[in-house]
Amino acid sequence: MKSLLISVVALLVPLTACSVVGEQSDNPDQDGGTGGTVVLVTHESFKLPQRVERQFEDESGYDLQTRAAGDAGTLTTKLVLTKDNPTGDAAFGIDNTFASRAVDEGVFADLDVELPAGAEKYALDGDAADVLAPIDNGNVCVNVDQTWFASHDLQPPTSFEDLADPAYRGLFVTPSALSSSPGLAFLLATIAEYGDEWPDYWERLMANDTLVVDGWEDAYFGDFTQGGAHGSRPIVLSYDSSPAFTLADDGSSTTSALLDTCFRQVEYAGVLEGADNPAGARALIEFLLSDAVQRELPESMFVFPVVDGIKLPPAWEKHARQPDSPYRLAPAEIAANREAWLEEWRDIVTR
Amino acid sequence: MLSLRDVSVSYDGHRVVDEVSLDLPDGEVLAVLGPSGCGKSTLLRAIAGLEMLAGGSVAWDGADQVDVPTHRRGFALMFQDGQLFPHLTVGRNVGYALRLRRVPDSAGRVDELLEMVGLRGYADRLPGTLSGGERQRVALARSLAVEPRLLLLDEPLSALDAGLRERLAGELREILRTAGTTTLMVTHDHEEAFTVAERLAVMRNGEVVQQGAIDQVWRAPADPETALFLGYAHVLTGEAAAAVLAAAGRDSAPAVAIRRSALEVVAAGPLSGTVRSSRITPQQVRLEVDVDRVGVVNAVSPLDRHPGPGQRVELAVDATRLAVLGRGSAS
Amino acid sequence: MRRLSGLAALSLIPVAVLGVFFVLPVAGMIAQGFWPEGEFDPLAVLEVLARPRVHRVLWFTVWSAAAGTAISVLLGLPAAQVLYRLDLPGRRAVRAVLLVPFVLPTVVVGVAFRQLLGEAGPLGILGLDQTAIAIVAGLVFFNVAVVIRVVGAAWESLDPRPAQAAATLGAAPWQVFRTVTLPALRPAIVSAGSVVFLFCATAFGIVLTLGGVRYSTVETEIYLLTTTVFDLEGAAALSVLQLAVVVVLLALTQRLRTVPDPTLERPRPTAHRPTRADVPSVVVTVLLLGFVAAPILTLVAGSLRVDGGWSLGNYRALDTSGQQQALLAPVTDALATSLRTAVDATWISLTMGLLVALIVTRRSLTRAERRLRGTLDGFFMLPLGVSAVTLGFGFLITLDQPPLDLRDSPMLVPIAQALVALPLVVRTIVPVLAGVDDRQRQAAASLGASPLRALLTVDLPVVWKPLLAAGGFAFAVSLGEFGATSFLARDEHPTLPVVIYQLLGHPGELNYGMALAGSVVLATTTALVVLAVERLRVPSVGAF
Repeated sequence: MKSLLISVVALLVPLTACSVVGEQSDNPDQDGGTGGTVVLVTHESFKLPQRVERQFEDESGYDLQTRAAGDAGTLTTKLVLTKDNPTGDAAFGIDNTFASRAVDEGVFADLDVELPAGAEKYALDGDAADVLAPIDNGNVCVNVDQTWFASHDLQPPTSFEDLADPAYRGLFVTPSALSSSPGLAFLLATIAEYGDEWPDYWERLMANDTLVVDGWEDAYFGDFTQGGAHGSRPIVLSYDSSPAFTLADDGSSTTSALLDTCFRQVEYAGVLEGADNPAGARALIEFLLSDAVQRELPESMFVFPVVDGIKLPPAWEKHARQPDSPYRLAPAEIAANREAWLEEWRDIVTR
Repeated sequence: MLSLRDVSVSYDGHRVVDEVSLDLPDGEVLAVLGPSGCGKSTLLRAIAGLEMLAGGSVAWDGADQVDVPTHRRGFALMFQDGQLFPHLTVGRNVGYALRLRRVPDSAGRVDELLEMVGLRGYADRLPGTLSGGERQRVALARSLAVEPRLLLLDEPLSALDAGLRERLAGELREILRTAGTTTLMVTHDHEEAFTVAERLAVMRNGEVVQQGAIDQVWRAPADPETALFLGYAHVLTGEAAAAVLAAAGRDSAPAVAIRRSALEVVAAGPLSGTVRSSRITPQQVRLEVDVDRVGVVNAVSPLDRHPGPGQRVELAVDATRLAVLGRGSAS
Repeated sequence: MRRLSGLAALSLIPVAVLGVFFVLPVAGMIAQGFWPEGEFDPLAVLEVLARPRVHRVLWFTVWSAAAGTAISVLLGLPAAQVLYRLDLPGRRAVRAVLLVPFVLPTVVVGVAFRQLLGEAGPLGILGLDQTAIAIVAGLVFFNVAVVIRVVGAAWESLDPRPAQAAATLGAAPWQVFRTVTLPALRPAIVSAGSVVFLFCATAFGIVLTLGGVRYSTVETEIYLLTTTVFDLEGAAALSVLQLAVVVVLLALTQRLRTVPDPTLERPRPTAHRPTRADVPSVVVTVLLLGFVAAPILTLVAGSLRVDGGWSLGNYRALDTSGQQQALLAPVTDALATSLRTAVDATWISLTMGLLVALIVTRRSLTRAERRLRGTLDGFFMLPLGVSAVTLGFGFLITLDQPPLDLRDSPMLVPIAQALVALPLVVRTIVPVLAGVDDRQRQAAASLGASPLRALLTVDLPVVWKPLLAAGGFAFAVSLGEFGATSFLARDEHPTLPVVIYQLLGHPGELNYGMALAGSVVLATTTALVVLAVERLRVPSVGAF
């Protein structure tokens, strides 16, 4: 019995030594700065190279901690639910489809940060501009597989109308507006284009055998002909930057984005109301707007900078073209109608 | 000295043991005898502290034990099937309580105990390799190891086959006498009780219906059911009882219990009847006889006399093989 | 009374942990729905329940979970017989492989399934993608192993003599099965079925991925209402509904679940060589194995494809940060994080599970005590039946004040995972402890052993193997857990399933290949853990 006990204990001790609790104490990130800690609340897609985070800590003297979880919707809900006792000092990752709700609920404090040149054109309207700073932008656009269309002797589509054209029947796959942020952006783009007539357009789209799947990764990797699993549909809803990732051996891209079908998503950052370290939060947001972060955005987060004059990576320079006049809807209008639109959209696509 | 006063145990509102009072002086062996389901095992477990009392008290030398947890009572309980720890060797099973108390040189004591129960050299075997009788001996040795104040035996031999049971009962008696251990045993087998115990308490439906020295109870069962349970073959009443008692030369009484062998076929006797059936056993011939004025009862006859069915016989009554009911049961 | 207070003291730790990390957060989230704007308004919640959409969602949840359970049981029964009663080579390895899907991240299974069922997949011709059939197939894929293990464990220890007796009385093999074997297996089938039903009814990722936009269950609807539509009343109503259904189900199975009488010594049958009568079962098992293996093999094959050729490139890339820095942490780091988290989740769930099992299996002296233990038993099953969304947000809004300011605690993720694994641990240990003859403990006590000492003497020797086995399960569940984990805040150390999800979040063939390779690594790690568990040869492992 004694030997059994000893062996159990002997087994447990090394196990606990390599557990999370044991791990935390010797984390080098924890004992960095001198000016206190800044906690950034964000979504799962937030990423910056460690050297950039170090740079912030060295320059500002703050210790940066990020708490990343869920997607933009989860983040918004989280910020609203914890507005009386926020889980951090600054938030990044609220986009223009969710901004109104967070701002209306009083999640953010006054920002008081000067925007660098170029960023102001992404700023929100009205009071929201005082609390949220644009950090990055990207467009959700319909992408086509150029090689597929070339080998099938078919002209690729160029517009929303083409997608409902029987010539392109059964070729389009898009993620659900209910569970996917680009899916919602696509729905909003069609609403911006067709106004109150959008249900009619979606009925035609569905009649043309459009496939609606759960997430962007299901659509792109599962069903798109240029995705990983080599699916069967050459038209997919994706991003304006996606063509930069589908390079053939000769350096050309096998896909392209249809620039007349894009909806602009802008991601914002703000200082949380009731933050422990508002000064640190402001410093962090200024840092996010600095060239140091802005030039990392394409490769780290697959989005475009908002600040003018940032050099893009070569593949982006060449293949990731941005639309000149993407579709936009006012955040307040989105907030007011989201539930009703989604309800109606669901009825149409599940009919 | 163990004293039970009005001990009651209930299961979900149903009284299983009902106000039992018993005294067991030091060094004595008491058997609680009763049919299965009479509550005797529950009583035993209540004494061990394994059942909550619904009322009454369990005391040792005047000290109330109700709030003393099982492991501090010093009452060793031996189960019907031994309940040896299957992963411990025989030696470690026997020495278990010694190790609990950090008794020095427990190995010597274990050998001594195994010797006592006739299992020398078994110390390194595992319980799974033992026969039923061997397991019970190990369980007994284990219970006796720390010289408990009170040994509680729960049907210690009933899981064994008949021959082994008889032999072990005798050995158990010797071991308990030698060790001088105060013992309370429950059993449904009156032979076992007679072999091992000096005192007897008969239990039925949760109550003790009779108790006393073993021959006292034996000679005077409190009621017909007790008599039948103690192994008497018939309980006769009224005219039949009067006829049998008269034939035995005893005073008349309302009821009498007779053993199977109380009536014996003789050349000339006070009773007569007609043989209904007969069967030869190694010791004697067993008969069913329709005795005049008594009715159909068992009887025996010596092997050299073998009356067949329908034959008229005369019978004598052995006065030592009958008991007058309802007398002398207070003790 | 003294016994009851002892029971209360012993249950203090697990009850407190479950209270703080489950009841409090879930109650907090539900309260958000019942008290919108700070005023008690139950009518709004009741109105939600009257919505026709809620009825459809509830109906689909119950329907798909019932179908998934029924098919899992139908396919699992013959497989249980083959894998536990027949003497076939490699059956232990097959048992381990069948458990892999049970702990695979749903994201990965979803992708693998759609590779088979999608329009371009080998089974695309069936047109099953995005249908209810695909969802049910996914549910079966995940849960059939539960039926096989639970029923198999019971079958393995079934007394063969009644079946032999029936055969000598002239019963044909199928009659023996119907009249003798099946009734004897009923408790195991019922408890396996109820757990599978719970798993099916609260499935999340698989429904979204395989069902697309067409189908919603209560679980996916709660997610949608909470994070997209911000309808907390609706989410609260559905959470209450979900809890109610789960409680009713647990109460029902509590009655149907019986513990074998430990005082009876039963002869254990030995596995026999397959005969002609076993052919149908073997065929079903082989088909089932193919069904489970196909998505896994698709995954493995996909992970070995680079630029149209076979290569280990995706695996070599696992210690980099992905194509153009898709990842902050290399997959290897994430695996290390996953393993560390799993260690914590394992010891937490084992400690709690052992305490709970000890409490619910002690002999009850009164009816009230028995009822109390039964209630506790069911109480610790509840985490199975509550949405990870509700729990995750509940953490944020209730654990935010001292002394329970735990939102940023690194222990939150392992604790959440431990809660998910807890029912599995409890259901693995309880039958073993319940199978210990209580008189063994009484014998120890009457020899002078204190309750703790009696525990060490009697319970530990029988329970340590199942405990290790349950630890293996908890470890594997924690490795694969995604729902609760993805909701909880953490710093720069994502777990492997989260990293796989991140890799799938961006275009690029290498990212996709790495996601598949990472999944294979996760599956292999899981399979190794399960195989190690199998090596312990604990018959009652997973016996719910």
